[in-house]
Amino acid sequence: MITLLEARNVGKRFGGLQALTDVSLTIRKGEVYGLIGPNGAGKTTFFNVLTGAYIPDGGEFVFNGSELPSGKPHKIVGRGIARTFQNIRLFRDLTALENVMAGHHIRTKAGLWGILTQNRFTREEERLTTERAYEMLKYVGIERFAQTVSKNLSYGDQRRLEIARALATEPQLLALDEPAAGMNATETAQLKVLIEQIRHDGVTVMLIEHDVKLVMGLCDRVAVLDFGRKIAEDVPAEVQRNEAVINAYLGGGKHAA
Amino acid sequence: METLIQQILNGLVIGSVYALIALGYTMVYGILGLINFAHGDVLMVGALTALQTMMFLMGVAPGMSPIAMLTIALMVAIPVCMMIGFTMERLAYRRLRNAPRLAPLITAIGMSFLLQTLAMIIWGRNYHTFPQLISTTPMQPIEGVFVTPVQIFIIIASALIMIGLSLLVNKTRIGRAMRATAENHRVASLMGVDTNAVIAFTFVIGAALAAVAGVMFASNYGIAHYGMGFMPGLKAFTAAVLGGIGNLGGAMLGGIVLGLVESLGAGYIEHMTFGFLNSSYQDIFAFIILGLVLIFKPTGLLGERVSDRA
Repeated sequence: MITLLEARNVGKRFGGLQALTDVSLTIRKGEVYGLIGPNGAGKTTFFNVLTGAYIPDGGEFVFNGSELPSGKPHKIVGRGIARTFQNIRLFRDLTALENVMAGHHIRTKAGLWGILTQNRFTREEERLTTERAYEMLKYVGIERFAQTVSKNLSYGDQRRLEIARALATEPQLLALDEPAAGMNATETAQLKVLIEQIRHDGVTVMLIEHDVKLVMGLCDRVAVLDFGRKIAEDVPAEVQRNEAVINAYLGGGKHAA
Repeated sequence: METLIQQILNGLVIGSVYALIALGYTMVYGILGLINFAHGDVLMVGALTALQTMMFLMGVAPGMSPIAMLTIALMVAIPVCMMIGFTMERLAYRRLRNAPRLAPLITAIGMSFLLQTLAMIIWGRNYHTFPQLISTTPMQPIEGVFVTPVQIFIIIASALIMIGLSLLVNKTRIGRAMRATAENHRVASLMGVDTNAVIAFTFVIGAALAAVAGVMFASNYGIAHYGMGFMPGLKAFTAAVLGGIGNLGGAMLGGIVLGLVESLGAGYIEHMTFGFLNSSYQDIFAFIILGLVLIFKPTGLLGERVSDRA
């Protein structure tokens, strides 16, 4: 198995709160990797540090064999990591299509000169971007809403659009922050199919999720965070039996469960 | 009747200039939430640079055609202003991006003083006659209504620039990045947009518009000096607020409406006050409008761009 992402002793502190302590984990190419833990365990902080939204206090990320720059989100996207957000953060006043096209920005080059002269390269690039954006919308199943302003989409479709926008950056690693939050059973089932399809198409997936059934049914391996530390990392069946994990979730003493 | 048509025409001319300047205010506000009070002074630098270029050209090539001379002057003034816009953002505003709102605002006022003082050192404190390269001989399309070629040029050029800017923002890769950044610059950068580059680009485009507006303004009044940016800057800010700051269509509409109100007001103020006030009081209209908008419709005619921040 080829390693895609390696986190080495990543730490992050907010004032007096140690949000992440020496978190190390390894994600292999082609797998679906789950990151779970009680509320406030540091899962989203891990995503924020990974994608450059926060600068870590210590440690590093090695992606595809070389270190990721810290604090430069767009460069990290350029290296092939894309994400979605726990609370949806679309470009609300842009149409669904424009959202996805904006996601494709990093893979395109047209500069001011090309835009002013509308030369062949620029027009061709814009045409391909549009075409690709439609493909992405179709991929997640909302192409009929291409011209809808994104804030007017239904909640489930907004979640899908976020995934389409992330995929438009052409990532190797897609980080999904609670994609099933607020979804009903049908929508969650459709989401599971979509994530499996994404993995099948060669994108490695990292997943924060509270829906235990979804995590256990979807992930190849799962890491558990508790108070900013990794307390377990294994295949789902083993993690479910892990005593430290059970304690973290149930808050029980040593003999609980 | 002639007065009405005449004042509407004058209003359209000055309104187009206000609109061009207001676009610069509103673009920067839309993306950063910053009122760049130095924007009017960029206009002044544009006008004075153009003037300097024209003087130079008249010296070395006196026989050059006026249109060519004006074009070259613009080709010099626009890049100079773009560089000023870029430098302001890079050196002053970027460092303050996460500072409390008051800090960049005060810095902007400081930038304004800095530019004015530099201009005073370079060009002196005197009023300069701005060469009127496009004819200012009035024509009479309708009996009693006068219009000069330079006014026609201003209206047409502004319209073209505004159409171009709308296309740039709504139909191109960089425009999409601008709109994404304006909505939420953190998310935009997490989606692969180099937001620093986009913000710098916004300043540069705004400054280019200010340069053009400066040349128009000086051509229309035939005069240029280091303090000339203050009033149009303030009026254009009013126009941007009137249309809904952060909103491009609003800046265009606000500029035109303000120009019309001001011009009609100047034309009729004597009648309205029974000769107590005359047309030299025309500036009060802009500020009455600013006051009314802020009291009754703070989001402006077309609505402010309020985006939720990450």
